Amino acid sequence: MDYIKIIILAIIVNNIILSQFLGICSFLGVTGKVSTAIGMGAAVTFVISMGNAITHLIQTYILIPYHIEFLQTITFIFVVAFLVQIVEIIVKKSVPTLYQALGIYLPLITTNCATLAVALLAVQNHYNLVQSVVYAIAIGIGYTLAMVLMAGIREQMEINGYPKGMRGFPMTLVIGSLLAMAFMGFSGLVK
Amino acid sequence: MESTLKNMILSLSLISMAMAAGLGYVYVLTKGPIEEADKAKEVSAVTEVLPHFDNDPIKQKKEIEGLTFYPATNGGQLVGCAVKTYTTKGFSGRFDLMVGFKPDGTIHKVVVLEQKETPGLGAKMNDPKFRDQFMGKNLATYKLKVKKDGGDVDAISAATISSRAFCDGIQKAYDLYMKNFVKSNSMASVKADSTAGKGGKHE
Amino acid sequence: MLKPILRPGKEESMSNLKHFTNGIIKENPTFVLVLGTCPVLAITTTGFNGFGMGMATAMVLVLSNIFISILKNYIPDKVRIAVFITIIATCVSVVELVMKAFTPDLYKALGIFIPLIVVNCLVLGRAEAFAQKKGVFASALDGLGMGIGFTISLTLISIVREILGNGSFFTIPIIPAGAHPMLLFILPPGAFLTFGLLFAVMNALKRKFKI
Repeated sequence: MDYIKIIILAIIVNNIILSQFLGICSFLGVTGKVSTAIGMGAAVTFVISMGNAITHLIQTYILIPYHIEFLQTITFIFVVAFLVQIVEIIVKKSVPTLYQALGIYLPLITTNCATLAVALLAVQNHYNLVQSVVYAIAIGIGYTLAMVLMAGIREQMEINGYPKGMRGFPMTLVIGSLLAMAFMGFSGLVK
Repeated sequence: MESTLKNMILSLSLISMAMAAGLGYVYVLTKGPIEEADKAKEVSAVTEVLPHFDNDPIKQKKEIEGLTFYPATNGGQLVGCAVKTYTTKGFSGRFDLMVGFKPDGTIHKVVVLEQKETPGLGAKMNDPKFRDQFMGKNLATYKLKVKKDGGDVDAISAATISSRAFCDGIQKAYDLYMKNFVKSNSMASVKADSTAGKGGKHE
Repeated sequence: MLKPILRPGKEESMSNLKHFTNGIIKENPTFVLVLGTCPVLAITTTGFNGFGMGMATAMVLVLSNIFISILKNYIPDKVRIAVFITIIATCVSVVELVMKAFTPDLYKALGIFIPLIVVNCLVLGRAEAFAQKKGVFASALDGLGMGIGFTISLTLISIVREILGNGSFFTIPIIPAGAHPMLLFILPPGAFLTFGLLFAVMNALKRKFKI
């Protein structure tokens, strides 16, 4: 499979948030501002691309040779949790403002289903090491794209009035629905 | 509990070991049932796509170029062959089909094994309305292409990609089947194989 | 759905019954806590899938809550998250293996969302907020209540999406042949729309009955 195809599929056609429903918690939670959305996107991209490289090696050289694939979920989540800790330390030291803005969502990348899912999907699709990392980076870009789009729209929505019952999550979900509809237009782009 | 280094390492490793051991135990317990469930699925799919047979096609299965062939005989006579085939051209990637061929290459029946196509659209390929149009068709005369592409297949409405992929899967199975089983010489070898394995019980 | 909402909440000591009902209505994981929303959107295409996913999550919740509550005195504070995740991942793997063996069709339909229960914030959230402080029985009840609340929400969303998008109720066709269902509701945009609108309805109900 060529890389262009993997990249286009991962960013647009099978967008991780808008068509695969992974990472929804952060999509609803940290899309209040464009700047936080970008920061979150960058953190997730870093974690999943590192994570995919490591989980791929673990899968190929430990789990499969010893026939202990049933330990896959446990080992993968450990890798993710470990990486998140590292990212947290780096961000805290180097960009403290971003650290504060991301708040609880930074440690929550561990429980962001996108990170674990991307590792599992790469294994399911039988990608090799390079494909797996390329796939993860592309997914990260797609994730950031969806986050930024949502944050941009929500910033604009702040100045508009709409029914009280719709405030907060309901409106975010309805906007998500419209975005998902727009992204459906890309389906069939890659044969 | 206090977070001293000794405590942390001890607690983390002990709990991890206990959990891994427990999980290993459950794995051993469920290993049998999981294999049985997989096998039951294989058997029921093979039985569904083939005419009546009395051998055990599962025992005689052969893998050729990624596809699995299950030759079926009735009273020593070859009555057909089920082929587990796949396509990667589906809307959501790969899906698997089981196609039953009669000895002359006519399609007996097709069922969908595993798919993750869109519910309500591509997933409708497992509806009898779509998949049964292939019954009794011989690809020597039947144009296995959706009508949009100039063929004879009625595509699922609004799911042309899935329908095309479905045809692709069948075509792949047909080509390999004709190449490996129907051409004069290899046919004889299949027959010899199937009589040898006649003792196998089929459930 | 309405009856329990109307029932006045008794503000006495947190009895066991209260631990149980808490997750169903007052702190419903989907519509109030908004935790674990990925499966809420992804697999709610048919009633069976929604119900199955809810039950699988409920099983994990009960198991992990019980284990964490038993082990709570042996878990050093600083590594508690790591220990919780180990325990949860084990419970999920157990449920995964059991489903693979006994309900293979449901397992196939839910696919990757079964292993992803590990990262469902709901499970870790209950471990952190409840199981590590309370007794074993109360934790089990809390897990069960949360699990049932989650199952109810998932099934509710699934039913709406299945009826509108596929014209069927638990795979039984209910619209006349020839009529076209609104496919959009089974597709990704419909997931967001259904969840969003149901959420707004719940908000309105909550305000009306002051829950």
